[in-house]
Amino acid sequence: MIEVENLTKKYGDLVAVNNLSFKVEKGKIWGLLGPNAAGKTTTMRILTGYLPATEGRARVAGFDVFEETNEVKKNIGYLPENVPLYPEMTVQSFLSFVAEIKQIPGTKRKEAVIKTIEISGLESVKGRLIKNISRGFKQRVGIAQSLIHDPPVLILDEPTSSLDPAQIIEIRGLIKSLKGERTIILSTHILAEVTQVCDGVVIINEGRLMASGSLEELTSSFRKKEGVFIRLRKSGQEIAHLLSSIPGVEKVTPEDDGFSLEWGKGKNIQDNITKFIVDKELGLVEMKPLALNIEELYLSVISGGREQ
Amino acid sequence: MRNAWTICKKEIKTYFTSPIAYVVITVFLVLVGFFFYSLIWWFNSQSLQMARNPYYYQQLNINQMVYSPLFHNISIILLLMIPLLTMRLFSEEKKIKTDELLYTSPLSVNQIILGKYFASLIVLVAMLALTGILALFTFVYGNPETAPVLNGYLGLFLVGASFMAVGIFFSSLTENQIVSAILTFGALLLFWILNWAAYSAGGFWKGVLNYLSIFQHFDDMTKGILDTTDVVYYLSFSFFGLFLTHSVIQSRRWR
Repeated sequence: MIEVENLTKKYGDLVAVNNLSFKVEKGKIWGLLGPNAAGKTTTMRILTGYLPATEGRARVAGFDVFEETNEVKKNIGYLPENVPLYPEMTVQSFLSFVAEIKQIPGTKRKEAVIKTIEISGLESVKGRLIKNISRGFKQRVGIAQSLIHDPPVLILDEPTSSLDPAQIIEIRGLIKSLKGERTIILSTHILAEVTQVCDGVVIINEGRLMASGSLEELTSSFRKKEGVFIRLRKSGQEIAHLLSSIPGVEKVTPEDDGFSLEWGKGKNIQDNITKFIVDKELGLVEMKPLALNIEELYLSVISGGREQ
Repeated sequence: MRNAWTICKKEIKTYFTSPIAYVVITVFLVLVGFFFYSLIWWFNSQSLQMARNPYYYQQLNINQMVYSPLFHNISIILLLMIPLLTMRLFSEEKKIKTDELLYTSPLSVNQIILGKYFASLIVLVAMLALTGILALFTFVYGNPETAPVLNGYLGLFLVGASFMAVGIFFSSLTENQIVSAILTFGALLLFWILNWAAYSAGGFWKGVLNYLSIFQHFDDMTKGILDTTDVVYYLSFSFFGLFLTHSVIQSRRWR
């Protein structure tokens, strides 16, 4: 649905996006992850036809961003980082203005506005001036304007920035509910957002691609071993020593309130571990798989990039 | 064209939901009314004096003595007011970042510019039409010639339209409305008085400076002369303003 090939954008001498390539499949939510000034916004602006690229190609919904810009604009919904709202308009009149400039035919316009208000939960504020509604509602209006023409592709630039925690959860819920047939790219520097909302991720730093793929693919490719975290009623060095005698376990690391055990990829030795603990009466309190979390992944990818 | 009309409707709505249009139109009408009153009062007193002398009485002409100076006065008021009407057209969009919405919608830059320009012309027509109430009095109580009056209004419209185009251009340059208004005002005033420099210049440059001056072309029109050169001048002036606006917006995107 979205294909980016060797995209480069230079502002004078500054290279904002450097030879970036990635692909997003239809019906998926992908996160564009990276530190501030990594080139996230620039990439999105190029995809939406707001900025031209210096080099490279990009296709959205089957149309070339540089050759068929107008078609791309019709097939894309875009929420910029600074939500573009006219403070003097009411929510409803703003949305009907957007419906008009997005070329929704006159007869369907009213229906589109009503439907969008419903989807984005704006019923209670539809008659109010945009300048008088809360930040959370403004963000909702921003999302509403991006999906009013029912585009197959949504591009959301930091959709949850500067919201309070309750609003963040609401907006994430809204974004997830939009998935369905749509392909969504959202940029963020909040790592938790990616694991909660996205199916895949593109990590960029200083304009360059660091990693991309579905979350499972990425975490498994970066993890060479599997493992579990266990919490026992007993603790101490001798317990750690005891645990390392379990057949198959390669590494035992004592942590604050338990131990993590690791073993080579592909072996299935969880049963050995539980049996061992029960036999030795170590008092098992908790046991959970040791997942490489997105934070570790992100840091290893970003720092890996720096070393190159 | 429909897209330009969408933008135009939005701009008209913005003009009349904020106080700007009301304030500008009110102040404009108060000033025009004052000039009109003074000119009519002067014309009346002249008529009374001349009434004793039938030869001079024949020479009295309301078109020359009231309308011609009135049109000049109105054009100066427009020079002061129009920068205030155009200053927000592009500056505001840039400041509140709504330009990103417009430029990522399936609209062309031309449609956006024309929409905004038409909206400003509609406000201009409203301003001029409202002064028609004053003109109506002269037709009820006197007998001015209609054609020169209409010609004068056409002149005012063309002058106003050129001013608007210059205003839109400066509005596209900056996101600060005050800066936009001041630059517009400065540029318009300079064009207005360009013919002053023509006095000292000689030969070729005299002609060029005279041709470029807004004043030279307007003067004819207030006297009831409709010259296609003048009309072409104003139309090309407006076109050039809008063309520069288009270049500014495009260059911003391609930088």
